[in-house]
Amino acid sequence: MSILKSIIEHINYVASAILFVIGLYTVLTHSNLLKKVIGINIIETSIFLFFVSVGYVTGGRAPIVEASGNHVYVNPLPSALILTGIVVAVSITAYALSLIIKLYEAYGTLDMDEIMEARSGQTNE
Amino acid sequence: MDDLIVKTITRIIIPFIQVYGIYIVLHGHISPGGGFSGGAILGASLILYTLAFGYKDAAKKMPHHVGAILESGAILWFLALGLIGIFAGGNFLTNRDAGFYMGNLSMLFNAGLIPLVTLGIGAKVASTMITLFHTIIEED
Amino acid sequence: MKKILAIVVLTGLLILLLSSFLEMPVLGSIENPSYNDTTHYYLDNAVEDTNAPNVIAAIITDYRAFDTVGETVVLFTAIAAAASVLRVLHDDSNKEKVKH
Repeated sequence: MSILKSIIEHINYVASAILFVIGLYTVLTHSNLLKKVIGINIIETSIFLFFVSVGYVTGGRAPIVEASGNHVYVNPLPSALILTGIVVAVSITAYALSLIIKLYEAYGTLDMDEIMEARSGQTNE
Repeated sequence: MDDLIVKTITRIIIPFIQVYGIYIVLHGHISPGGGFSGGAILGASLILYTLAFGYKDAAKKMPHHVGAILESGAILWFLALGLIGIFAGGNFLTNRDAGFYMGNLSMLFNAGLIPLVTLGIGAKVASTMITLFHTIIEED
Repeated sequence: MKKILAIVVLTGLLILLLSSFLEMPVLGSIENPSYNDTTHYYLDNAVEDTNAPNVIAAIITDYRAFDTVGETVVLFTAIAAAASVLRVLHDDSNKEKVKH
């Protein structure tokens, strides 16, 4: 029972671990390049969820300070830092997609295995 | 992509999306939002235009050289704002000590450096989104 | 075969991650070690320092504005890299030169 209670108390962290593993499974087992990019995006989402969950406070308000009242605010620092992560995620996705477009123009397929076969066939002959 | 319903709804809804994006950018320091989210909304409105009307019309509305100017100009604007702090005798990107106008709390233009930087980031993110989308879908 | 190996290895990784995560402080607790002096400083002094009620805007554009400069440079580099990979020629001005 104690482990069940522990899981409920850390439910966001558990979800981020599961999302990380799902993303890594997608990257490792699929040979389609677009699906690999989708897997990388799932991993990034899990990291964002983990980081923002660290800063959450139960009953806390969004960190917009009001003059009246004595409120509890959530931690603003992880939310501010994860903006950098989101920007880097967008940049990586854009660059990967442009590389995939050039690969499709060069080889006519998005499948990693077929591309590697075509490359090895060229080099052996 | 010649759908009358999609084109008409897009034509009606785009001004509201852009006004909302500008609102998010300008109120970045007193309400939730800021340069990144407001710029993303502004870029999304132009992406909607591209999807509804096709690349040819969208390239007339938002040519590549406008995106390039916004892109480079926003980052130079950001760095110039930072250099004002150095010329005023402080560090890079000094806010209050560099003599920026502070104003009253919760007014629209109050926090010195922050709304100016947010404006630059909003223009940068919007032009980045639309230029990346146009670059990727463009065909030779 | 490859999938079974991946599933086994990733199950091990999941167990490792969960065994670490379940030892962390409880979600939403105010005694979380990340809710430390830095956070209290930002929440207490951001309005007086920057005159902006939104603490996150104060952090990303005033306290840590140099970080945001880096972010914009990352965006600029990404779009330059994507444009150079796709090698799109913009001949808006009828000149035979490559922009970007």
